[in-house]
Amino acid sequence: MTRIDLEFTIDALDFVHAGEAASRVKRTLEHVGMEREVVRRASIAAYEAEMNIVIHSVGGTMKVTILPDCVEIVATDRGPGIEDIDLAMQEGYSTAPPHIREMGFGAGMGLPNMKRCADDIRIESAPGRGTTVRVIIRPRHAA
Amino acid sequence: MTTRYFHSVTLDKEKCRGCTNCIKQCPNEAIRVREGKARILEERCIDCGECIRICPNHAKLAVTDTLEKLSEFKYSIALPAPSIYGQFEPGVSIEEVLRAFIDIGFDDVFEVALAAEAVTYATRRFLENYRGSRPLISSACPAVVRFIQIHFHSLLDHIVPIDTPMEVAGAMAKAWAEQALGLKKEEVGVFFISPCPAKVTAIKQPVMKEKSNVDGAISISLLYGLLSKRVSTQMKTKGVGCSTHLAGKKETEEESHGKEGHHREGWVDLVRPLRGDNPFLSTGRGIGWGRAGGEAQALGGWSILTVDGIHNVRGVLEQVERKKLLGIDFIEAQACTGGCVGGCLTVQNPFVARVRLRVLAEQHWNKRPALDEDCLDNLIAAGAFTTKKVEPRPVMALDEDVARAIAKMDILEKTVKELPGLDCGACGSPNCRTLAEDIVRGIALETDCTFKLRERVKALAEEMADLAGKIPPAMGLEKTGGESSEGK
Repeated sequence: MTRIDLEFTIDALDFVHAGEAASRVKRTLEHVGMEREVVRRASIAAYEAEMNIVIHSVGGTMKVTILPDCVEIVATDRGPGIEDIDLAMQEGYSTAPPHIREMGFGAGMGLPNMKRCADDIRIESAPGRGTTVRVIIRPRHAA
Repeated sequence: MTTRYFHSVTLDKEKCRGCTNCIKQCPNEAIRVREGKARILEERCIDCGECIRICPNHAKLAVTDTLEKLSEFKYSIALPAPSIYGQFEPGVSIEEVLRAFIDIGFDDVFEVALAAEAVTYATRRFLENYRGSRPLISSACPAVVRFIQIHFHSLLDHIVPIDTPMEVAGAMAKAWAEQALGLKKEEVGVFFISPCPAKVTAIKQPVMKEKSNVDGAISISLLYGLLSKRVSTQMKTKGVGCSTHLAGKKETEEESHGKEGHHREGWVDLVRPLRGDNPFLSTGRGIGWGRAGGEAQALGGWSILTVDGIHNVRGVLEQVERKKLLGIDFIEAQACTGGCVGGCLTVQNPFVARVRLRVLAEQHWNKRPALDEDCLDNLIAAGAFTTKKVEPRPVMALDEDVARAIAKMDILEKTVKELPGLDCGACGSPNCRTLAEDIVRGIALETDCTFKLRERVKALAEEMADLAGKIPPAMGLEKTGGESSEGK
């Protein structure tokens, strides 16, 4: 079967292991010889998705499906949800508390960065019901 | 893939006893044991020399040049690595070490430590003007550069595009010799005196340029005996002097306009004021490059992380990849523990050499730098230090075709789950995951795993025992029970 499914459980505020899932995604994409640009975009998107769960939620999962012509990243969290998605998509807008910002995170670039890397991005969220971000990245030849 | 790779690190088949020490130690999982002998996967080897260090049978060796190669050139110049200064007894001066090279047959000697100061200057200028993503990574250690080529493709752009001290020393020495002595390019041979096999490979098959400025490499360990004999006699009969020490001939107008060689005039301008009786021109800033932390200390002024030992380097690069290293401007990463003094072609214990080098660097720290900054600026502006971009070496991909690679990856993951996870190495691959990878690549079998083999044998034995208990219905009434007797 020509697909790989990866699934990661991501804990809230676990800054020790934050980024490991994204690294695994990246390594796997390199292992299957995915074109460099896709590896780059998918790694950034996976990293931002992972960090969003770490910073803003109470934990969640990230599922990554790798197909020859498509990488799909689905990040689902149990968190407060996003009140205004359009506002959250704006660069520099963040709800991260000061102590997170002091660590160098929460600069309000997460979702905008993901959007920049994605061929398609969908966000489903409502206050109190968590958030699901779905990102599609395609190699140039398949786009 | 048909790219051929040159490697300094090779195997002495006679000596190899097929133990698994090297496959475990290799940071790149580049060695397998097959038919009782280690085999290096040449596309993966980065010539770090870890296997040379660990091999209990001394079956791994580094191929370098010998002094015989000097005779191929009319004029030979030694380029000793800074790490060599830490190899001798305290009391032996750097000047003595350098003069000893003339005694053992070189026509001239030119310090790589001095070139390291030029590289420090160029790196500082680069950092000042750099606006891209940080941290930048030093290009000085070729094993680290090749490691990044294989495992950290996203960090290739972080490698500082500036030549190594070895290459700069080669350019300086060669340009000067051609100019001052009126020699042709091919008549001048410059030889790096190397602490490690990675540098040897960097000369034979450079990554950051088309062709190296250096013509050969001779290991420190090969010359150490000869050199130490000379330094001890020199101490008594002072003033041997390097007779030919390039002070000689004045260049003529036409020679200085030679077209050969990049930036030749610039290098010559840089070197001209330096040439005199004393070949020792470097300061503590250049000398220190031979040990871990020396490059960082010479640069000064930035937030610089120093990491040594290839396994530690991997850890730090993973952090960079995960964007966890905030506020770091520059990384000095060296494959060998202790830096170049820890190279496997050195003689002295690396920790001893490190402290000697540090003492020497401190002694010469306040010496006036010999290199002219205006000349350096001109060279930088002309791009004399600039290297080409480092390309990825995508040797980890399971298949050239992405769809097939994905299918293989799927099998790989399933195979890993089936293997015992003991990572014993008895199969000849360094660990269970690598064996799974080798299986999907078609270079190993599941039954190479002794536990898998035993399972299979056990299953087979059980089946045999089972079969042995079975007796044809036409025979043996005594053994079988109701069913068969019923049939009768």
